[in-house]
Amino acid sequence: MRELGRRSEAAAPVFRLSRADDGCPSPGASIAPPPLPLWGARPTILVARTGQRDVVTAACPLALDLGLAPGMAAAHARALVTDLDVYEAAPEADRAWLDRLALHAVRHWTPTAAVSGSDGLWLDLTGTTHLFGGEARFAARLLSFVRRLGFTACVAIAGTPGAAHALARFGGAATLVLPEGREGEALAGLPLRALRLAPEALASAARFGIERIADLYPMPRGPLARRLGRGAVERLDQARGFLPEPIVPVVPFEMPCAERRLLEPIATAEAIEQVISDLVADLVADLRERGLGLRAAVLRCERVDAREQLVTVGTARATRDAKHLVRLFRLRIDRIEPGLGIEAMALAAPQVEPLGAEVIGTGFDSGPRAPDLAPLVDQLAGRAGEGALFRLEGRESDVPERAIGRTGPLAQPSGWPAWPRPIRMLARPEALSGVVALLPDHPPRRFAWRGRSYRVVAGDGPERIHGEWWRTTREMWAVRDYFRVEAETGERFWLFRRGDAIEDRTGDLSWYMHGVFG
Amino acid sequence: MTAPPFSPPRPSAEELQALRETVARVAAARGPVLPFGVGPIDHLLNAGGLDGAGLHEVAAASASWSDDAATTLFAAGIAARFAAAPEVSALWALTRFDLYAPGLEQAGLGPERVLYAQGKNDRELLALCEDALRDGSLACVVAEVKAADQTATRRLQLAASEGGTPMLLYRRYRRYGQCPLTDLSLACTRWRIGSLASTPLSMPGVGRGRWSVELVRQRGGPPFSLELEACDDQGRLALPAATRDRAVATGSADLALGHAA
Repeated sequence: MRELGRRSEAAAPVFRLSRADDGCPSPGASIAPPPLPLWGARPTILVARTGQRDVVTAACPLALDLGLAPGMAAAHARALVTDLDVYEAAPEADRAWLDRLALHAVRHWTPTAAVSGSDGLWLDLTGTTHLFGGEARFAARLLSFVRRLGFTACVAIAGTPGAAHALARFGGAATLVLPEGREGEALAGLPLRALRLAPEALASAARFGIERIADLYPMPRGPLARRLGRGAVERLDQARGFLPEPIVPVVPFEMPCAERRLLEPIATAEAIEQVISDLVADLVADLRERGLGLRAAVLRCERVDAREQLVTVGTARATRDAKHLVRLFRLRIDRIEPGLGIEAMALAAPQVEPLGAEVIGTGFDSGPRAPDLAPLVDQLAGRAGEGALFRLEGRESDVPERAIGRTGPLAQPSGWPAWPRPIRMLARPEALSGVVALLPDHPPRRFAWRGRSYRVVAGDGPERIHGEWWRTTREMWAVRDYFRVEAETGERFWLFRRGDAIEDRTGDLSWYMHGVFG
Repeated sequence: MTAPPFSPPRPSAEELQALRETVARVAAARGPVLPFGVGPIDHLLNAGGLDGAGLHEVAAASASWSDDAATTLFAAGIAARFAAAPEVSALWALTRFDLYAPGLEQAGLGPERVLYAQGKNDRELLALCEDALRDGSLACVVAEVKAADQTATRRLQLAASEGGTPMLLYRRYRRYGQCPLTDLSLACTRWRIGSLASTPLSMPGVGRGRWSVELVRQRGGPPFSLELEACDDQGRLALPAATRDRAVATGSADLALGHAA
């Protein structure tokens, strides 16, 4: 029935672009939903290349039901299930998601959160769960949050990180809240690898016939440490709470920000400029302490009528020069409408880059330093707009119109080959009329353009430029023959003829004006 | 006791000192001078070249497209010679972009030496130029405008001397047949450039361009008019071969012209 309905409905975006996590996301930015789960009606597995073969690293519930399991060879899995969707595993993307979740946890749930292994998060819930209605309520809330994101999860809350790690992965329940001091009992029935032991320790334990964690409890500690290594004993003690195991928390990036609340509302340009210079001084001090320079700054002015005015400046290069920033804002003060008065102003730097100390001249090196154009570029861009300042760079094309491209104002572009080129060029070539020319290789003797006829006394050429067949099929055989001609009255033009006058399909032998030489 | 020898009346030490101070003040207000490297022009120019901290105006001899191109190349050549040091840039401000950058490179103004600024109108453009001149980090500022009144040129001249940056103002034709240099201006020099037929080569081909370079007005010097060869890939002008030969034959002509200036 769905098929009979309108077909022009907008489809839900399957691959939603998530914002790149560049280390300085804005605070309060919530995590965007991930792509919809890829598994649906067909079993799906992820494979990764290890050595000479592909190994299954993850399998969807459907595939698990069909008997596929992580660790299996991909060829084996394909042989077992014929209609199988196979994708490459992307551990970096998984890790990025975990990092973002850890950042989210730090901002919303607890100050101490860290990524645990390749598939988990540690949250230190000490003293924070009462804000969410207790540990059980918090765990339920966490589960529904990750379900909304499209993930499944297991939550275990225990007194030690080691126990929580083991119970979340091997406990078998979606939510498990362990009462205080019961770690030993809860861990007793779990397999030994729940303790995060080194592979050698696991191998030797298997040799001694130790399978469960409970088997370790009655063993004397000295021989245990000799046989499985000190690490194993430490892990056991950490899980049972005899040794501390600190969590190294993720530290979220705080956007540099400065704020001033004013005693009296201000409305004059001078007062606003004063506040701006104070704010910039605060922000610059913060930036200097953290070794950052800003690329963009947003000034937020709160008016007494609860409206906000936003002013943004951008810089061509990371800077923390207070004078320069104040000058950039001064150019924009007239865009602020103070209304009845501004009662608070805040300055934030949403885009920052590392900026270390700069070496200034020692006085021994000779020669003046090249002037820095970045402040001027910012100033001019503030007046005329971002796109108004540019440089031109060479592009790899012989077609004259395509040989130039715009680039940033601080770039160091490369030039062009030294074929004679005009100083000014028409945006679109204009057709010539009344052309008298010897074919195929001579410049025209006379032509008329824009209502005037010219008699040519000298000419150079042809310079043959072929069409770029890899762009469009229309240019497959196209040829332009360029001539540089001088008219009797001293004009020097750049003309071209379409076609090489031998093959018909190279062009129709029409003539065009394209540029002028000085 | 002999009578002192006859001497013409000499100015007193105070007068000399005052004169020296005046000269020093005027010289300090001027920036470094950029000579053309072409004997007759440098002789005829009051400062011996273009003032490196002043406003200079150029305009085409007619509204035709090739005169326009010659004027653009003339300005580009001067800008290229101002920006000859490594890692410095010239600013080229314009409202409608029809320059062809490879052509500019062939006048010595490579893509790494020129920063373009596109303004919405002439007023915005002149404001941009003023900021750029005051900043002082550019080697030269070139602007193509259609209208710039006397106040605007005064502001540009002040900004140029303040920032120590030369300014080339290219006045484009507003009305057919009316030379844009008829507007009042405070520029140091005003030039009018037209393109001429080049010297015929002995083989087929187009020779080096030939321009009529006319100095319409300069501060403290007479106007003059010359026929020169177009600038090369370093932005340098040259005397036509015939004139060069003649200059060698009659060596005192330059000197006489220099005294007249």
